[in-house]
Amino acid sequence: MKRAVLKLDALSKSFGALRVAEAIGLEILAGETHAIIGPNGAGKTSLINQISGALAPDKGRIVFEGRDVTWMSMAARAHLGFARSFQITQVLRHFSALENVALAVQARSGSSFRFWQAAAGEAALNRAAMRSLDSVELAARADTPAGSLSHGEKRRLEIAIALAQAPKLLLLDEPMAGAGIEETQRLVATLKSLKGRYTIVLVEHDMQAVFALADRISVLVAGRIIASGEPQAVRANAAVRAAYLGEAT
Amino acid sequence: MPGAMRGIPAAAPSAPRAPSFDQCLAASLFALLALLPLLSHGIASSYSLLVGERAVIFAIAALSLELLIGAGGLVSFGHAAFLGIGAYAAGIAASHGLGTLCLALPAALAASAVFALATGAIAVRTRGVYFIMITLAFAQMAFFIATSLAPYGGDDGLTWPTRTMVLGRPILKDQLTFFYVCLALLVATYLGVSRLIASRFGRVLRGLKDNETRMQAIGFTPYLYRLTAYVIAGTLCGLAGFLLGNQAEFVSPAYMHWQRSGELIIMVLLGGTGTLYGPMLGALAFLLLEEALSRLTEHWKVILGPALVLTALFASGGIAGAIAACRRRRAAPRVPVTLPRLVHHLLDAGLEPARSWRRAIRRRLLRPAHLFKRGAHRARAACEPATLALGRGLQALPSLAERGLRTSVERWWRR
Repeated sequence: MKRAVLKLDALSKSFGALRVAEAIGLEILAGETHAIIGPNGAGKTSLINQISGALAPDKGRIVFEGRDVTWMSMAARAHLGFARSFQITQVLRHFSALENVALAVQARSGSSFRFWQAAAGEAALNRAAMRSLDSVELAARADTPAGSLSHGEKRRLEIAIALAQAPKLLLLDEPMAGAGIEETQRLVATLKSLKGRYTIVLVEHDMQAVFALADRISVLVAGRIIASGEPQAVRANAAVRAAYLGEAT
Repeated sequence: MPGAMRGIPAAAPSAPRAPSFDQCLAASLFALLALLPLLSHGIASSYSLLVGERAVIFAIAALSLELLIGAGGLVSFGHAAFLGIGAYAAGIAASHGLGTLCLALPAALAASAVFALATGAIAVRTRGVYFIMITLAFAQMAFFIATSLAPYGGDDGLTWPTRTMVLGRPILKDQLTFFYVCLALLVATYLGVSRLIASRFGRVLRGLKDNETRMQAIGFTPYLYRLTAYVIAGTLCGLAGFLLGNQAEFVSPAYMHWQRSGELIIMVLLGGTGTLYGPMLGALAFLLLEEALSRLTEHWKVILGPALVLTALFASGGIAGAIAACRRRRAAPRVPVTLPRLVHHLLDAGLEPARSWRRAIRRRLLRPAHLFKRGAHRARAACEPATLALGRGLQALPSLAERGLRTSVERWWRR
């Protein structure tokens, strides 16, 4: 049995009367790619936000490598090894692709309270950033301002930024959202190359991509996990078919 | 703003770089200022030098504000407080006979830094218009505290017994020396701020302006960086205040008035945020305009106001924006900057706003019918709530009158 990197313990969250998480219990194992699927409004993004620290839960605990991180800020969690991409792309639009990634490297290597040396000239930062860009095939676009990249390129840039954080846990919130067929294939290929090397939590709507990538799948419906397990088992699960795939049983 | 990039090459290998156009412009500005005492020799020399001193001092203040606005995205509407605090700290020290450089200057800087730390700790937690309001509130607090400082002149201000002494000698008393000291400090501020903006710290600050969520997700806590920037900017502006007080040998609460804070913002925006030479040029342009117009008429603000409105309408990038636009137009083949070309650029930069203004004025103002229609429409839209309320009032009037009449009749009847 692999060790669990992340444990969610009875996590609950509601916005007014809307319950987006109801006693969610989940274990993410080291090295696995764990997909979270569910219909729109099931609370997938809220769950990712709670795990990454963008949103505080009402109840429950989040334990990362034996540490309770429930009340830690997003920045503090990033230093522990959390890295995430966003459903709506979040990049520094006026910075070059390289600088976007170099900042992520800078965040984990040495103090950023340095006021004199030009940061853009730090070879160590740029080298690490370039490696990360290369792993998502963006090296050729290193000098392009992130705002001028295509949508698919921005999605890959977000992954490059996350990789540059040397993450212990990669949270990907719909990395394929809005990407065309070709871009999706490319992203799936990129994610496949990461599979096994990182512990990944993947929220995704594209079922083909999910079944191609996931080791385990959890199905979230109206804030509850109704099924969790190997892809084949989930696919065969009657409750999932009824609630999510919309098939009569 | 594309200014966030600020001409820093992204993948710069650590090879020595040729100075950028922005740096050349700043350098030529400094050179021109350095020549001012020679140029102004003769006619009213000491007066024009006085104006020059003010311009240089306000350029320092504008640079410090640019650090907040341009790099940090923090529009402070209370930056003049630091001018006053720097001048008051040094002036109070001088009035107690402690007006030596090694006491007065640290006092001015420390007082500004402490005020920045205390107010920034609260202000930097807010963003946008709340940040504007809270910095304004703190500056007004400083203003009213200064007016109530009865032992130090209160409302009337504090006259310094003397300029700050250097090693017991009145070196700063000499006008030429004082001018060059101010200029040297401006150059030092420029170098410091430009290094700061390109540094690791500056990059984080610019990143926070661009996308705070992304920066938090990669592990930066916005608060610490913004507060540090606020303290640095406040301290630098305190330095400008120290010089301003020295120049006038006087300080009054007016230094901290909110109008002064507004003027500082105007200098930065008029010059163009996103570059460092912009705010310096802005300070220069603002003070020269003020000087020239106040000579023309007593009511110079009537001219300055609309001029600034026009700038905001037609040249939103300010002077720096106009220069950048004209450079982009002729940027096709990349040419090294040489002195003749630089002069050409400068001349062109002077002409370009005029050209684009002419076009813009023709386009936007000389189509009166269109403008009138739009104006009328807007006016009607703006008046709509008032007309509606008036209409309702008129409708309700008869019934109100009737009710009033009835009650008064009833009251009379009961009596």
